[in-house]
Amino acid sequence: MSVEHASTRIVDAYARGGEELAADEVWALEAHLETCGACRERLSAAVTSEAPALASLVGTVWSELEPHLAATVPVPPRRRWSAALTAWLTPVMVPWLATAVSVTLIALLLEVTGVRPGLGNGPLVLLFAPLLPVCGVAASWSRGLDPAYELTASAPRAGLPLVLRRTAAVLGVVIPPLLVGSWATGVSAGQWLLPALAFTSAALALGTVVGVTRACAALAVVWAAVVLAPTLATGRTTFALQPDGMPVWGLLLALGAGVVAVRKDAYSLLGTHR
Amino acid sequence: MMRAVGAADIAPRTYAWEIRAGGLKVRVGAKRMAVDGLDLSLGTGVHGLLGPNGAGKTTLIRALATVLRPAAGSLELLGEPAGGTGEAHRALRRRIGYLPQEFGYYKRFTVREFVEYMAWLKEVPKADVPAAVQRAVERVGLADRAEDRMKTLSGGMVRRVGIAQAIVNDPAILLLDEPTAGLDPAQRLRFRELLQELGADTCVVVSTHLVEDVAAACTDVVLFAEGRLRFQGTPDDLAAAGGPEHVGDSPLERGYSALLLDSAQERGTW
Repeated sequence: MSVEHASTRIVDAYARGGEELAADEVWALEAHLETCGACRERLSAAVTSEAPALASLVGTVWSELEPHLAATVPVPPRRRWSAALTAWLTPVMVPWLATAVSVTLIALLLEVTGVRPGLGNGPLVLLFAPLLPVCGVAASWSRGLDPAYELTASAPRAGLPLVLRRTAAVLGVVIPPLLVGSWATGVSAGQWLLPALAFTSAALALGTVVGVTRACAALAVVWAAVVLAPTLATGRTTFALQPDGMPVWGLLLALGAGVVAVRKDAYSLLGTHR
Repeated sequence: MMRAVGAADIAPRTYAWEIRAGGLKVRVGAKRMAVDGLDLSLGTGVHGLLGPNGAGKTTLIRALATVLRPAAGSLELLGEPAGGTGEAHRALRRRIGYLPQEFGYYKRFTVREFVEYMAWLKEVPKADVPAAVQRAVERVGLADRAEDRMKTLSGGMVRRVGIAQAIVNDPAILLLDEPTAGLDPAQRLRFRELLQELGADTCVVVSTHLVEDVAAACTDVVLFAEGRLRFQGTPDDLAAAGGPEHVGDSPLERGYSALLLDSAQERGTW
């Protein structure tokens, strides 16, 4: 596209200012200058040659301004890792995750040293694996633990994507030590991974109805009734965690995921933070 | 620091009122209607939401922030129905700024980190975040404390960080729930100036129980009691409603007590 540029006469007259140019010429020139770098460059040259008083005034202002600009504190470089981390975890989740990892390590230590304080002879890792991610989900979406819950709920990013992000972060931190634990004690990963995922999805699904914190508390009770109590009573791994029980956990996982998908809008409301 | 004007800023508006509620009801808990049949239209300007404790101010602001779903009635924000879902709902929320009454924050974050985090949550385009954060922090006068951790700030400064996070996305609707709590008199004056500045092109809703805040900064007063609209008009209209026989130290306070007189008699003096 060929563009017609402003004539030297108009540019010079504009630089001099005053009444030389008609209003429509000024208008047309300014509209052109907004889009044309070449003419802006010509104008700045014209200001120096045609209006030295103006040029010296600008020079004075700059020389007075420069020391102040130098004194202004530059914006420090953003701490990349912290910005990336907060997209996945809230700071309040960090202490909880540290606890979860240490619980796993302590259990592993007990297992290896053979100290078993009345917990039957089933692998310990099986006993608490389903509950750890549930606690993490509670920590990431709880009114009591997260001071900024109301701000989070009101943000455009609130909703299912943020929930899944935080849940993925919890699983990403909790599952590796559990994997190490189960490998060290010779338990197959599938035996606890499926119940853990099923509990997590159930917590998220129930959370859309009664609030995540309450849902997690309810699931902790269920876990105590279905897994912990039978194990302590019989001293053996309970049926729920035997390979035969796996289809039930799979069903629960699918059901939970389905409910979360249907009720995903609830995560951008305040009620889910109860 | 100026912001470049984009196409979205000069596009014609297709709505008459930024906030429009018709017969709005919002439930709190299982039974109580905290907002009970509210008809309200708010345009550009600073609107002071006045009312006694327990009038439902916070519930109304939460409904306007779309974190509570209305139980009945209609609520339109920026021409969009507030109960929507999906991408339209997110686009609407991107244009709302909200400071809750209990402003919770992460103590270990610096001011800049916190406002950046909120900008991320509000889906401010990544390239615009540093400039938007700097502008918001400068507007509330915290540029020199931007690298300090939140736990080292005074109560008034924390409040100002709350205002900074609310305006970081250049909202078209700004909802501030009791923003002047904890500000000292000088900060309060500065805050009123900021409100007037923002009110030039934004619909600002300020909930407060301080009548003098309204007189100084608001173009419009919304008096709200027991979930219903009692009065809407200019601060002068509010002052004109009161006579010498009503309680209060200023014309506005007398107007306020005159308009709330009947509800106070129903429930006793407190």
